[in-house]
Amino acid sequence: MARRGRFTPYLMILPSGLWLTALFVIPLVVMVSLSLQTGNLIDGFRQTLHWQNYTESLDTYGDKFVRSLWYGLLATVACLVLSYPAAYWIAFRGGHTKSTYLFLLLLPYFVPFVLRTVSWKLVLTDNGQILGPLRDHGLVPAGFHVLDTGFAVVSGLAYNFLPFMVLPIYVALERIDPRLVEAAYDLYASRTQVFGRVLLPLSLPGVFAGVVMTFVPASADYVNAEVLGGPRNTMIGNVIQSEYFGNSAYPVASALSFVLMAILLLGIVIYARALGTRGVLEAAG
Amino acid sequence: MTITDPAFLRGLVRPRMARSTVSRRQAVQLLGAGLALAACGIEGQGGQEKVSQTDVQRYWSSKARTGRLSWANWPGYMQDDHETIKAFEKATGIKVSYKEVIQETGPWFGKIQAPLAAGQSIGFDLMVMTNGIQLEKCRQLGYLAPLDRSRLGNFAAHAGPGFKNPPWDPGNSFTVPYQSGITGIAYNTRYVKDEITSIAQLFDPAYSGKIGMMGDSQELGNFGMFLLGVDPEKSTPADWERAAAKLREQRDKGIVRKYYNQDYVDAVSKGDVWLTMAWSGDVYSLTSPDVRFVVPKEGGTLWTDNMCIPKTAENPVDAMTLMDWLYMPANNAPLTEFVNYITPVPATKQIVAADAAKATGNDRRDLTRLSTSPLVFPSETDLARLRYYRRLTQAEETKYQGVFGPITKGS
Repeated sequence: MARRGRFTPYLMILPSGLWLTALFVIPLVVMVSLSLQTGNLIDGFRQTLHWQNYTESLDTYGDKFVRSLWYGLLATVACLVLSYPAAYWIAFRGGHTKSTYLFLLLLPYFVPFVLRTVSWKLVLTDNGQILGPLRDHGLVPAGFHVLDTGFAVVSGLAYNFLPFMVLPIYVALERIDPRLVEAAYDLYASRTQVFGRVLLPLSLPGVFAGVVMTFVPASADYVNAEVLGGPRNTMIGNVIQSEYFGNSAYPVASALSFVLMAILLLGIVIYARALGTRGVLEAAG
Repeated sequence: MTITDPAFLRGLVRPRMARSTVSRRQAVQLLGAGLALAACGIEGQGGQEKVSQTDVQRYWSSKARTGRLSWANWPGYMQDDHETIKAFEKATGIKVSYKEVIQETGPWFGKIQAPLAAGQSIGFDLMVMTNGIQLEKCRQLGYLAPLDRSRLGNFAAHAGPGFKNPPWDPGNSFTVPYQSGITGIAYNTRYVKDEITSIAQLFDPAYSGKIGMMGDSQELGNFGMFLLGVDPEKSTPADWERAAAKLREQRDKGIVRKYYNQDYVDAVSKGDVWLTMAWSGDVYSLTSPDVRFVVPKEGGTLWTDNMCIPKTAENPVDAMTLMDWLYMPANNAPLTEFVNYITPVPATKQIVAADAAKATGNDRRDLTRLSTSPLVFPSETDLARLRYYRRLTQAEETKYQGVFGPITKGS
């Protein structure tokens, strides 16, 4: 039994290990290789160590990286501002109907992602039920529109990734021992002090996870910019998508994907160092 | 232990220093595996340009009728009640699954390319593709089934002269036309009070933020060239650069609201854009009645959407049956009456005119308008004003995409 036990951990990791190797590691290596090739679909692609794929695509689309990160950041902040109070309220004031509130919060997300985004388009059209009356009553200027603006894209991102922020924060808040709060009051802490020195630090791991889980997919998203954005709101995801599927320019698309991945990884490492899982978890106890 | 237990979380997120580092030998092994993978490129898939009779026989000899057919098409290309499909099903007993899944040729090609390259079915036996870059690629890459001319009797008898042996598919080796149309300008008369006659008006700052352009790089590039008085078919890379500069200026001044695919019909109907590049028939069949279509005085493009069979189709015989069935004028007329595009079956015109004479009231007015519409049955003089897509070689295409592609992406 002891001998067999030695292999148990490896057996346990085997399925997910194979899965990741087949569907993540191998494609990744192929993509690294592709990003340095030249060619086209008809003549084929050849490995030529063409580093210019990186420099040229960065020259052309560098500003899209900046915009994507900026939109991702704005959406993450918006999510945080919206989610924290909601999660707080459900965790501490939800009582025995907590799960109902959580369900209500998640209900819209049972509708597919793309459908939700397209439905925004129907609601927010220039002469639709919202903007039409507002314009008629002179509440917004004649040329005002929401669709095809950066505001629409960021709002769409914040809306679509909201659960990724709410849930981790809720979980972090929910497991706080109420006796800690009572103890703080017993020690004459004010409400602000209780929040600032007990609740907030204890919920930081949730915030940390929520920020990563929102920021990464939001920065790499292309659906929102495609449906809700205009020519000035193109994100890097749109460029990669259209280089890959529209132009079959695999090397350029791969190079762009790698730059995006590198930026996001670097961002997360810096963020983790600064806010640190270690520090966060130690605060959590 | 619950999932929220701090110790559990800590275990998940904290590095385990002793175990997590990759040993030097492992690193070398990984590197070796990586290099082995990295060395391989992607084989070119260029097939042959011409098909021989033996190719045709080899493809069709093993194929038989199945009684099923799956058809990929663009929105607005079939009556809302699928009248033509029902008639076909009744006449032939072939059951048709009809899907409006094509919105823009580039992305459609992106979707089907990988399975076709791998020799897998794309789930469709018949698809309708415009005579542009992507159709050319499908042909050259050998993704299309060579058509069996012996099964195209109606096509031989009834196809109009411009639709047989077209320059984009000599000898109709792989395609037969579905409909042709014109790319021009649509404008919503509820918002635009001036008469729209020219492409220059799409660049007018007076309509800033209310103008839609197309995202397809050929459509977009063509309009830039028309503005400069260049015939796209005879254009040079220098013309492309000049046209791209104009289009970029139009974008950067905030004149363009958005680059659209098929979804421009919604935007112009609802008034999100007031003027937009548009496809002729859509304006009759898909947009609100306030929207009007014009062929700009600088010129418009005449394109043809073609029916073709992916090589991996499961029901190619049924697909060919449909292709040929549509070339019977009597079968084609109801479709033409609805889609308002240029039919490849000129004999349809008499049928539509006869239908108009029989009809009453609004139907009669619509059908008469249709049978005399220069957009549906263009006159020779009109045709002379229209221009064609340029057929791009692979090298030209790379250059062309590099010039016009980034515009729609804001670069």
